[in-house]
Amino acid sequence: MPKLNVNGKLLDYQADEGTPLLWVLREQLGLTGTKYGCGIAQCGACTVHVDGVAVRSCVMPAAAMKATQKITTIEGLTPNGTHPIQKAWQALDVPQCGFCQSGMIMAATALVKEKPNLTDKDIDDAMTNICRCGTYNRVRAAIHVAAKEMAAAKTGAKPKKVSELGKSVLDIQHIDGSQA
Amino acid sequence: MSTTSNPSKRDGSNADAAVAKPSRRTFLKGSAATTAGLVVGFHVPFFNKQAMAQGIAAAPISPEVNAWVVVQPNDKVIIRIARSEMGQGTLTGLAQMVAEELECDWEKVSTEYPTPGQNLARQRVWGDFSTGGSRGIRGSQDNVRKGGATARMMLVQAAADEWKVPVAECSASKSVITHGPSKRTTTYGKVANAAAKLTPPTDVKFKDPKDWTLIGKRLARLDTVEKTTGKQIYGMDLKLPGMLNAAVKDAPVFGSKVKSVDDTAVLKRPGVKKVLRVGDTAVAVVADTWWRAKTALDALKIEWEDGPNAKASSASFAEVLKAGLDAKDAVVGHSVGDARAAIAASARKIEAVYSYPHQNHVCMETMNATVKWTPDKCEVWVPTQNGEAALAATAEAAGLPPAKCEVYKIHLGGGFGRRGATDFIRQAVAIAKQMPGTPVKMIWSREEDMAQGRFHPVTQCKMVAGLDDKGEITGLSMRISGQSILAYVAPQNIRDGRDPVMFQGLNAPGPEASIGYTFPTFLVDHAMRNPHVPAGFWRGVNLNQNAIYLESFLDEIAHATNQDPLALRRKLMSKHPKHLAVLNAVAEKVGYDKPAPAGVFRGLAQTMGFGSYVAACAEVSVSKEGVLKIHRIVAATDCGNAVNPQQIEAQVEGSFVYGLGAALYQECTVKDGRIEQTNFADYPSLKLAEMPKVETVILASGGFWGGVGEPTIAVAAPAVLNAIFAATGKRIRDLPLKNHSLKT
Repeated sequence: MPKLNVNGKLLDYQADEGTPLLWVLREQLGLTGTKYGCGIAQCGACTVHVDGVAVRSCVMPAAAMKATQKITTIEGLTPNGTHPIQKAWQALDVPQCGFCQSGMIMAATALVKEKPNLTDKDIDDAMTNICRCGTYNRVRAAIHVAAKEMAAAKTGAKPKKVSELGKSVLDIQHIDGSQA
Repeated sequence: MSTTSNPSKRDGSNADAAVAKPSRRTFLKGSAATTAGLVVGFHVPFFNKQAMAQGIAAAPISPEVNAWVVVQPNDKVIIRIARSEMGQGTLTGLAQMVAEELECDWEKVSTEYPTPGQNLARQRVWGDFSTGGSRGIRGSQDNVRKGGATARMMLVQAAADEWKVPVAECSASKSVITHGPSKRTTTYGKVANAAAKLTPPTDVKFKDPKDWTLIGKRLARLDTVEKTTGKQIYGMDLKLPGMLNAAVKDAPVFGSKVKSVDDTAVLKRPGVKKVLRVGDTAVAVVADTWWRAKTALDALKIEWEDGPNAKASSASFAEVLKAGLDAKDAVVGHSVGDARAAIAASARKIEAVYSYPHQNHVCMETMNATVKWTPDKCEVWVPTQNGEAALAATAEAAGLPPAKCEVYKIHLGGGFGRRGATDFIRQAVAIAKQMPGTPVKMIWSREEDMAQGRFHPVTQCKMVAGLDDKGEITGLSMRISGQSILAYVAPQNIRDGRDPVMFQGLNAPGPEASIGYTFPTFLVDHAMRNPHVPAGFWRGVNLNQNAIYLESFLDEIAHATNQDPLALRRKLMSKHPKHLAVLNAVAEKVGYDKPAPAGVFRGLAQTMGFGSYVAACAEVSVSKEGVLKIHRIVAATDCGNAVNPQQIEAQVEGSFVYGLGAALYQECTVKDGRIEQTNFADYPSLKLAEMPKVETVILASGGFWGGVGEPTIAVAAPAVLNAIFAATGKRIRDLPLKNHSLKT
C-alpha cells in the first residue's frame, strides 16, 4: 500500500492513479483544513508544504510523493496555532470567511522561512493566493508583524502574546501593510 | 450540526492538535462536539441520538434564559445568532449587541446557530434568518438587544428573588449581580436556572448609547483562531457516517434539458455507485469519494437538447439592451419635474451610454450541500445565507412537510449573495432522494460553479444632461435598460412592471438608497430586458452599476464645464448633508486641497445604499504603456452606529478587493447560450500585489443602523474610473477595464 509522510506520520492511503494529493489529504486522511478552490493551481487554497516548500496540492498527484518527502498541512503546522504567522493572523484578525486562509498561511509560513528579511515585493511575488473577501492588506501587515517577531526571536527576545501583537489592529485606526 | 459553537479561544491555548484522524474526528468537529449548550425543549433529536449511538458523551445541557441567551453554571454565556456568518463579522457584531444589553462578561461569550426548524417550531422567535442586503445587524439590532436586555432583567430578578430584596436595588455588570445596600453579589451562572423559570418582562428599555461599553469597541472576532488552524468546518468539509459524494452537471445552456446519457463505461469505474438524473436538466454521479465522482462525471457522455437559447450570446443581449435605451416601455423609478422637457430646451446637451456585464460571485468555497433523505425525514447540512428559505426549498424538493425537514447551517466559505439562492440545495435534495437513507455530499466543481451562477445582472444606461448657457445642469435623465434580478428571483415583488431594486442609489430622499444630489429636474426610468441567463443578488447589487453610471457621468459634466469634480458635487449636495459629510471626510483625509504626488491622479465617488452613506477617493497612475497602478484609496462610511469599527474597516478594505476585481477583470460572456468562463484562469480576481493601501474613515453619526458589507463596493469602480480619466483623458464606459487599452 502506498504511503505518505504527512505531519510527521507515515500514513497508508488508497487512491486511483492520478488522484491529486489534495483529495487524498481531504478524503482519505481526513485533513480538511486544506481546501479545494479551483483544481488548477490558480487560487492557492490547497497550499501545503512539501519539504518546507509551498506546493499547490490540487495539481500534485499523490503518487508523485515519495514517502521520504515531508508533507505538512495546516493541521500539522503547529500543535495549537502558535506559529508566528498564525499568531500574527489572530492578532490582526486577518480572516473573514476564512476559506482561503489555510492556503494563505501555508504560503506565508514558507515565505518567512525562505526570506526572513522580506520586502513588500517578496510578499507580492509569493502571495498569489486568491481571497474573495479581501483580506489582502491584513495578510501583508500580518506577514510583516510575524517576520519582525521571528527576527526578534533570533536575538533571544521573549515571544509576544497574541494580544501584544494585536495592538495594531485593535487599537489603531488603519492597517498600513507596508509600514507594519 | 444543529449549532456551531465558537468558544472564545483568542490565545489559541485550548486549541488542540488535529492531525490525521480522519472521518470520526471530522464528524465530531462538524457536529456533535459543537452542540454544547443545546437546550432542553429543543427539538433536534438527530445529533444527540446519533452522537450517543456512536458512544459520544452527550454535551452538557444548560437551560436557556431566553431564546437568545444560554448561561452555563460556570458563567459561560452562549449567544444564539440567527444570521449567517460568511466572513462579514456578523457573528461577532450581533453577539456584541446581545452582550451589551445582557451586561455579561465578554471574555466568556461564545455563539451558536439555532436551526430554521427550531425557529419554525417556536413561532419564529429569532425572527428572520436571511443574511443579505447588509441587513445582518441593521435588520435585527432591536431584536437581539431586546433578547439581551430581557435576559439580563430575568437574571437580576432571579437574584433579587433569592435575596428577597427589591429588584431596583440590584444591578448587573460583567455577569456579576450586586445588591447595592448589602453589597452581596452572585453571578449569572448561579441564578440562570431560576431566571429561566421567570415570566419574561414586557417593559424592556435599551441602554443609552452613551453608556455602551461593547457596541462601538474594536473587539477581536470570535471565530479567528479556528480559521488560522484549519479547524473551522465548512460545508465542503463535512463527513457523516456512511456518506457518499456526488458531482453534478447541469445543462450548460440555461433552460435546456438532458437528451441522453451513456453511463456504461462510467458505472464500471471503481467507487462509482450510481449515475442519476436530477430533474430533467442535470446529471449526477454518486461515488465513494468526490474525486471519483467528479472524474467519472467528466468521463460521462451526456447529450443535451439545447433548446431555443442555444444561439444566444452577450452580443445578442447587447443589441436588445441597446434598443431598450430608446424604447417606449420604460417604468419610472424617480422623477423630479420634467427632465425631458428641460433637456430638450437646454442650451447644451451631454450624452453618454454606459454598460455593466454579467459577473459571477465566485465564492472561494464552491456550492455544496449534504443531505440525508428518508421517506419520513430530510436533513440538510448547508452553508446558506438564508436558513429559512433553505428549509422551505428542502421541504419542497424532499416532498415532505417542513416539520419533517431540518437544515443545519454550516459556516460559509463566502456568500456575496450567491448562497441566498436555494438552487443547489434543491439539487442536492433531489440527488439524496434517489439514495434513501444514505447521506450524500454534493459539491460543485469550480467549473460547474462558474457555469451555473446566479449572475450580476447586465444593464446599459443612457445618461443625458441638459446645461444652460452658463454650464449649470438644468436636467438629468438616466435610462436604464436591462436585466431585473427580481424578475428571476422574486417576480411576485414586481408591481406594474416596476422592479424597485433597479433604482438603488437613485431613489428619492429617504432612509434607503437615496440619491445624494438635487437637480432642477431629474428622471430615472427602466426598460426591463431579461436575457435567459439567471440573475441574482451579487454583493452590492444594483448600487454597483448605478453608482458607476451617475458618478462617472457627473465627472464627465464637471470636465465638460471646467468645474472641479468635488466642487460640482458639493454644489449639488447642499440638501443632502449625510451624503456630503462622507464626501467631505474623504476629501479632507486624502488632502484634496493639495495636489496629488507627481504622476498620481485622483477620482471621486459617493453613494448611499444598504442604509449607509459612503464615499471614496482613488489615487492612481497610468504609465505610457497603459499600466494602471492604484496607489491609495481613502474611503468614508457613515453607518450611523458603528458596532465594531475594526470589522467595519475589514469590510471596507474587502469591498475594494471585490469591487476592483470586478471593475478590472470580471465579465461572464455568453456564447451559444452558455457561459464561456470556466475557472480563475479566464475569470481572474484581484491579487494581493495589486491591492492599494486603503484608509478608512468611519463617521458614526448615530441615530440609525446602516449596513457595511456592501455599499462601499459601489464607489470602488467609479472612483478609479474617474481617476483614470484624470490620468489619461480616457473615459471608460464599459467594464471590465481589461477590455480597454489605457496606453497614451
